[in-house]
Amino acid sequence: MPEAILEVQNVTLKFGGLTALDDVSFTINEGEILGLIGPNGAGKTTCFNAVTGVYRPTSGGISFQGRSIVGLKKHKITQQGIARTFQNIRLFPTMTALENVLVGADAQHSTGMLSALFRLPKHRREEREGHDRAMEVLRFMGIHRKADELAANLSYGDQRRLEIARAMATNPKLICLDEPAAGFNPAEKVELMNLIRRVRDQGFTVLLIEHDMKLVMGVTDRIVVLEFGRKIAEGSPADIRDNPAVIAAYLGVDEEDAS
Amino acid sequence: MKNKLTGLPKPVKILLWVLLALFAYAVPLLEPPIISTPGVDFGGVLFTVSIYCLVALGLNIVVGYAGLLDLGYVGFYAIGAYTVAILTSFHASWPLLLAIPVGVVAAMVSGVLLGAPTLRVRGDYLAIVTLGFGEIIRLVAVNTEWLGDTRGIKNIAKPPGVGGEEGWFQIPHLFWGDGTVLLDTEDKTKFLFFGVLDQIPYYWMGLTAVILVLIADILIKNSRVGRAWEATREDEDAAELMGVPTFKFKLLAFATGAFVGGLAGGLYASRQGFINPQSFLLLFSILYLAAVVVGGQGNRWGVLVGAALVAYLPQRFREFDDFRVLVFGLALVVLATVRPQGLLPPRRTVRAKKLEHELEELEEGTGEEENAHA
Repeated sequence: MPEAILEVQNVTLKFGGLTALDDVSFTINEGEILGLIGPNGAGKTTCFNAVTGVYRPTSGGISFQGRSIVGLKKHKITQQGIARTFQNIRLFPTMTALENVLVGADAQHSTGMLSALFRLPKHRREEREGHDRAMEVLRFMGIHRKADELAANLSYGDQRRLEIARAMATNPKLICLDEPAAGFNPAEKVELMNLIRRVRDQGFTVLLIEHDMKLVMGVTDRIVVLEFGRKIAEGSPADIRDNPAVIAAYLGVDEEDAS
Repeated sequence: MKNKLTGLPKPVKILLWVLLALFAYAVPLLEPPIISTPGVDFGGVLFTVSIYCLVALGLNIVVGYAGLLDLGYVGFYAIGAYTVAILTSFHASWPLLLAIPVGVVAAMVSGVLLGAPTLRVRGDYLAIVTLGFGEIIRLVAVNTEWLGDTRGIKNIAKPPGVGGEEGWFQIPHLFWGDGTVLLDTEDKTKFLFFGVLDQIPYYWMGLTAVILVLIADILIKNSRVGRAWEATREDEDAAELMGVPTFKFKLLAFATGAFVGGLAGGLYASRQGFINPQSFLLLFSILYLAAVVVGGQGNRWGVLVGAALVAYLPQRFREFDDFRVLVFGLALVVLATVRPQGLLPPRRTVRAKKLEHELEELEEGTGEEENAHA
């Protein structure tokens, strides 16, 4: 039995009268790729936001590696090992690609004002390590040649890759990808699928939000399906494909037709 | 031109920088025509320029790097100046070299005290809060007898000189006649005697502070701290989610800016010998911000140019009298239209271009290998 790295237990999240997440529970096991799918507005990104500390659950618990992370500051959660990308790209546009990734690598560093001012050994060591780490991640994502280009000048695909690189640089255990294939053409999607597998092979656990059913089915080990803030199914890709509730949620057909 | 300069070997670059610094130190002695200010003491104008440069560097950290719009920067300047004034003249008679560090720390502490509750608000709201802060500091000074109220504080200590009244040695100025340049033996500057008439030693002091702050700026900017500031400016939420404790770094930017502001205020008070609340009007906060924006916020060389222009031009064109403020306003409007990013916006693109060029060269020869390796 693989070990659970993240446990989401009965999380409910309300915005005023609107219930965005309703008693959602699932676990992510170490080293797997878990897909989180559902129609628009099902609460996938909200679920991400609850895990990464952007929203605090109204009730329920979230624990990471056995420790509760509810109420922790966002940067603390990142430092503990959860990194994410954004559905609508949020890079630091006027910084270079390398600097973007360095900001991620800095999550594990502690150089302060004085160390930087006097170029103490700590600054030099962390700067060197961070730089090596950043270049390694950029190379892994295949954009090391663009290290010194401004993030804003990168192509759309490279910006998406840079987001993943920046998240990987924080040295996370769990990496959450929010629709990484949005706007990609089929060929790029295949490439991305392979890439996500390689990310996992490097020892990261992956939580993947994705619209594209084909991509999700091809790459994930398990899938959790949300609809209107509720979990309606969980299981292997094959199970999910044949699950009538999921088909109904996606295609909106009558239950009798679906079965 | 720029590419040629960046391509030079390191010792040559250092030599060029040293020469530039030496030239900056020598400017008031050379009294170059056109640049020199008729009717106003050139050394005094240069001192003002150096103080503006210092202030602009400090404000650039807050506004340019961390992206926090601060409209009350003169408040920190005032705190530095008043601390020095109180400690050296009004309530004690400390030596200046002891009072300035205390003034700087006082400004820093006030930066933290102001920042801790207010840095939770963003953008325009922060601007309004800081605007209030600057005015509060001034009004407290106006209404507190302990701070000399409207009458101000006089007899603020001068910096200690070297070699007494006559200075260590004396340096003659240049005199520019009609087509000839002469050493003017009548007009000499006593090396490091801080008197009342000759302002040049104060300028040297200000310039030294500018150079030190500039070096510190370069070291800090090019580190985790500088990156965290920029990331926070670009996208605060994303920065936080990438593990940047944004609040801590914003507070640090505020404190660092206040440090430099307090230092500038202390030096100013010492040169002036006299301060009152009129020296710390809201107008100055706006002028400082103008210096940063005109030069190109986020680029330290840009803000230095901006500060030099904002401080120097009104003095150079004194003969236009009241019109100079109008002209200054017009110049700002023209600049905002023609170069909205400032005279010298940050130019990372230079580095990007250079890399592109290098890669092209690489691709012709070893590009294949590189691919196979990846």
